[in-house]
Amino acid sequence: MQEIKENNVRSEEDSQPAVVITNMNKWYGKFHVLRDINLTVSNREKIVICGPSGSGKSTLIRCINRLEEHQSGSIVVEGTELSSDLKNIDLIRSEVGMCFQHFNLFPHLSVLENCTLAPIWVRKIPRHEAEETAMHFLEKVKIPDQALKYPGQLSGGQQQRVAIARSLCMKPRIMLFDEPTSALDPEMIKEVLDTMIELAEEGMTMLCVTHEMGFARQVADRVIFMDDGQIVESNAPEEFFNNPQSERTKLFLSQILGH
Amino acid sequence: MSSLSFVRETMLPSSTPPTMEGSVIGWVRYNLFNGPFNSILTLLFGAFIVFIMYEILPWVFLSSWTATSLQECRDTIALVHGEGTTGACWAVIRERYLQLFYGFYPRELYWRVNLTFLFMLVALAPVLFPKLPRQLLYFTGIYPFLGYWLLWGGTIWTPFLTFAGLIVAFLVLNFISEKRGLLLGVITGILLIVIWFVFGVIPVAGLFNNALPLGIEIVESDQFGGFTLSVIIGSSGIAASLPIGILLALGRKSDLFIVKSLCVGFIEFIRGVPLITLLFVASTLLNYFMPPGTNFDIILRVVIMVTLFSSAYMAEVIRGGLAALPKGQYEAGDALGLDYWKSMRLIILPQALKVSIPGIVSTYIGLFKDTTLVSIIGLLDPIGLSGAIRSDTAWNGIVWELYAFVAVIFFVFCFAMSRYSIYLEKKLETGHR
Repeated sequence: MQEIKENNVRSEEDSQPAVVITNMNKWYGKFHVLRDINLTVSNREKIVICGPSGSGKSTLIRCINRLEEHQSGSIVVEGTELSSDLKNIDLIRSEVGMCFQHFNLFPHLSVLENCTLAPIWVRKIPRHEAEETAMHFLEKVKIPDQALKYPGQLSGGQQQRVAIARSLCMKPRIMLFDEPTSALDPEMIKEVLDTMIELAEEGMTMLCVTHEMGFARQVADRVIFMDDGQIVESNAPEEFFNNPQSERTKLFLSQILGH
Repeated sequence: MSSLSFVRETMLPSSTPPTMEGSVIGWVRYNLFNGPFNSILTLLFGAFIVFIMYEILPWVFLSSWTATSLQECRDTIALVHGEGTTGACWAVIRERYLQLFYGFYPRELYWRVNLTFLFMLVALAPVLFPKLPRQLLYFTGIYPFLGYWLLWGGTIWTPFLTFAGLIVAFLVLNFISEKRGLLLGVITGILLIVIWFVFGVIPVAGLFNNALPLGIEIVESDQFGGFTLSVIIGSSGIAASLPIGILLALGRKSDLFIVKSLCVGFIEFIRGVPLITLLFVASTLLNYFMPPGTNFDIILRVVIMVTLFSSAYMAEVIRGGLAALPKGQYEAGDALGLDYWKSMRLIILPQALKVSIPGIVSTYIGLFKDTTLVSIIGLLDPIGLSGAIRSDTAWNGIVWELYAFVAVIFFVFCFAMSRYSIYLEKKLETGHR
């Protein structure tokens, strides 16, 4: 926790926004998947991105750590512009944590090794120090007793919490969540959301693609609705849910909240 | 009328399963005589096995171990086991087993072969069993040079300088990679090694040897043969084809067009050509490309060809393993900020190789058995030696005994590899996928 606070102090000191996306476009072949995206994420801001499937929301946050390449426009993360320069990409990736829908833990490594791998090999932190940090974050996600097990022996919710701990071990300044609860049973969704809420309360900058509207109401500073590769509406959660402006947003909300 | 409503009042505790174990008779009934059709099948196959044994066992056991020629062998069998018995003449193995193992290696130097084999086991041990102390890997590192020196003899300076050259090249590679980038480092390193091997090692080793002669008796390549030769070719090929195969597989999946084309071209060409063709190239054609007067050792040439051949297969086996990994594993590595080589080494390859173990070991077993093909280009491996032994008038006409012996020894090696792969698969199982 202490580390996180230090991290926040650092982020508050520099007033530059965490992510600035300007006129960004991306195509898959001829398919125009992201169209003229403009988005500024300030430090400590929590953004929830929602929208129908195929609307480009996952692609958008995957562009932020260059898992997907954008073809025009610019993305600046923590003051570093994403270009094809590998050094910049690796730098940004080590500052930006990411959690995936299917966890993507490394099945051949124990939970502890999953958490220490990147700190040891990317940050060059001594092993025992990395293990201490890892145990600290595993305690934070409430599964320190599983540290020596393999991911295959854990439940889905536990695996996702390990994945969050693994990202936190790199002491990231921004966390990206790509539908972190979509592959989970209802009973496990809560434990993961609780972890994310705690993280949000500590002031982490977060971008979450999720369909958990309760989560959005509770923690988001801003909700962004995407459709057809465009940002259709962006608003504070209260406004977004109670008084949506765009017809498309109203339709979407009536469909997901109405069932 | 049943009601739709049901409320459980007490939760059931878990209980032990009904026992599965029965008596021997129970097992036999369940597995062998489970119904009339299966009973008939059991009896039929039982009869078939008995028939085969009835034909083979007398040949194996009503045999002769002491004779100096095939005729004497047959006489002894007729005398001991009665007229008309056609037993095996194992005497040929007894008389020639040293030759089958060592070829024409000088008899008083057999200890060098034995020692090399023993050292090979020691060098292999830490690779095969990670529980052993890691310091043993240093021995594994110097073993190829030590083994080469023990087998072929000559001055110790040649393998020493080769080894030293590799180390220097590696240090230079590391240094330049840090300062100027990986690509330039690798290119400089490889260039250094090639220059050193082609122009440097032999003359410098000569100088060193003049100053300080340290060496053992030279054994020429044409004196090698038998299982010694098979194991030399097989183990060198096995050791070298895995790393080359990994690089080729990664290259084939690479985004870099030239790297990818080179790897695909190499793999498809080598896989599309019979090994025998490559061996003929090694034995005859390569000499045309060499400057006249150079003596490029035939065994080395064969080892290179066998290695290239099996590394092409290895690459495809490993590519299968790479393809079996979910894309998420690559993405998770990227997202954590690991660069390409670290991500490959720490995340992708350990999993891909684990998936590929059965295929890799199959390729190894195939490679080891393919070493018998060198008899076609005139090297005296066990199969080649069988021919040589048969051409001796005393043993003219003997066939099965030699082949059976060769088959048994090969089986021991291959079966050991197979069992090890099963052991390794079990050990690496972590309860996921």
